[in-house]
Amino acid sequence: MQIPVEGFMYPNEVELQWSVLIVLYPFLTGLVAGAFILASLERVFMVKAVKPTYRLALLTALAFLIVAPLPLQLHLGHPERSFEMYLTPHRSSAMAMFGFVYLWYLLAVLVVEIWLDYRRDIVVMSQCTTGWKRLVYRVLTLGSTNISERALHIDERVGWLVTVIGIPSAFLLHGYVGFIFGSIKANPWWSSPLMPVVFLFSAMVSGIATVMLLYMLMCLVRREPIDMDCVDTVAKYLFYTFIIDFSLEMLDLIHRIYEADESFRSLDFMVHTRLFLSQVVIQILLGTVLPILLIGLTQVVKLAEKLRKRIYVTAGCLTMIGIFAMRWNVVIGGQLFSKSFLGYTTYKMGIVAREGLLTAIVLTVLPLVILGVLVKLLPPWPEKKEEPLLVALAAHGAD
Amino acid sequence: MNMTRRQLLILLPAAAVAWKSILAGTPEASPNYNMTEHWWGMLVDITKCIGCGSCVRACQLENQVTDGYFRTWVERYHVSDYDIESPKVDSPDGGKNGFPPAAVSDGKNFFVPKMCNHCVDSPCTQVCPVGATFVSPDGVVLVDQKYCLGCRYCVQACPYGCRFVDPKKETAQKCTLCYHRITKGLTTACCENCPTGARQLADLKNPNDPIHEFLKTHSVQVLKPYMATRPKLFYNGLDGSVR
Repeated sequence: MQIPVEGFMYPNEVELQWSVLIVLYPFLTGLVAGAFILASLERVFMVKAVKPTYRLALLTALAFLIVAPLPLQLHLGHPERSFEMYLTPHRSSAMAMFGFVYLWYLLAVLVVEIWLDYRRDIVVMSQCTTGWKRLVYRVLTLGSTNISERALHIDERVGWLVTVIGIPSAFLLHGYVGFIFGSIKANPWWSSPLMPVVFLFSAMVSGIATVMLLYMLMCLVRREPIDMDCVDTVAKYLFYTFIIDFSLEMLDLIHRIYEADESFRSLDFMVHTRLFLSQVVIQILLGTVLPILLIGLTQVVKLAEKLRKRIYVTAGCLTMIGIFAMRWNVVIGGQLFSKSFLGYTTYKMGIVAREGLLTAIVLTVLPLVILGVLVKLLPPWPEKKEEPLLVALAAHGAD
Repeated sequence: MNMTRRQLLILLPAAAVAWKSILAGTPEASPNYNMTEHWWGMLVDITKCIGCGSCVRACQLENQVTDGYFRTWVERYHVSDYDIESPKVDSPDGGKNGFPPAAVSDGKNFFVPKMCNHCVDSPCTQVCPVGATFVSPDGVVLVDQKYCLGCRYCVQACPYGCRFVDPKKETAQKCTLCYHRITKGLTTACCENCPTGARQLADLKNPNDPIHEFLKTHSVQVLKPYMATRPKLFYNGLDGSVR
């Protein structure tokens, strides 16, 4: 397949090395970090208004974290060797160390926090249910069936501690993804100390927007009224985080324009041509400025509940598109120009291919399917019928 | 042991295949080669390069490089008198079959052979998540083909565009400085086939290597020195417009 090239590329540069799957990877990881940070608002910073989203945010983070390594695995030439990263890691490699950051976050933070938070429910469900469900819940108790008041208090304290540890871990998780790109000195589009910070704040934006949208969607599905106090608070945090994120991105842009180093002409040409639609139109105008203005409107003008809901849904969806476009522009944009600064190549995404559009769609939908299963297994909202739970609780309270 | 003629006819080809694979798996020995006594690099004299593409063809044959990918290639620069900052560069099929006549006659034209710079502080080896790519004790940047994950991080990290992932092997590939040859006292395929001697293999640890005299008496440069990778591919007559 002939790839259209403009100007001169080094011969080995014509074909892009990192595809849409590598765009997905920071996008998914970002959702994890953002969702967890939203959850920590309630747990650590005592923002009680967002409590209805707390458990949903944790489950969302877990669902996306489970899928996050899949695009990487599918991208590797030899996925069967990927475990070598854990067995014989190369300590100077940002990518190798990221494997440990990921494992730490998954096993030491997220899973532990979810288990501690749900332990009481799991024990109760292992008593109330029958058949295979009972078996699943029994396994999930890990043999720990004591749900006395004291035990639950300990769960609460340990869970709090895990969340406190989890906040810097979430920062590390996504800041590190930014570092993987930002530390490549050969590529001026990536090489920037601001990259980890920009990635982190964009992650928080995308995670908060995802949980807000999912919460509203789940209320709709369950035919429950939306807790507007909660959604208003989440939107407020989204607004503030977005402002910081946008300011950082603009700082990076202005710095590049003002400094105008040797790569500037090449990068400037790219932004005005190949990346104009995805960066200027989709990422900046539609995906950042418009949602900021929309949510900003709700912050300064008292609007009716129905209108606010519509604004939040529109702004949330635009935010998600904008953040995906940001990942696209970083990953794909960073490979469209030659390191000689003399030419440009083209990215042609396959449709049905290992690293094609279809795979990307499946990997985007998969976390939502996993989230559906998790929500069924571990409902993030209070049960309507509390009676059996109370009975069971009473029966086990003395353990 | 009793064996029928039919059994023998079946067994013989199988034994031949098995024997061949045993032979293929045994690396050729270089008993007299001591890694610590060498520090390899290369000298490229741009004033001598005629852009014939012999080096590219020799490399592709010697190392069985997949078509469309390059361990070495030749670029032709056209630099106008009026705008030395914006050279016009071409490298049709990596310069493998030479170059068509230059389209414009003003300014200057020259050829620049490119390949892995075998950097001392190579960013490609720094980023490899499993250490599959490394700098050997004799200064050659190599890739362990049985260990490489094919993550392509090294390809992104190379400032010179010298790496690629082979579509068949799915591992990172690059110039090995014909390691299988130089450890036996031979020179690289590209150097051996250069008709003008524009490429010279250099052993910087060998005091008798002519590279030392050359470096003393010529203005020699490396590509992208601001990248601080300490390349060992030295260029004589390198124009400031070359990237």
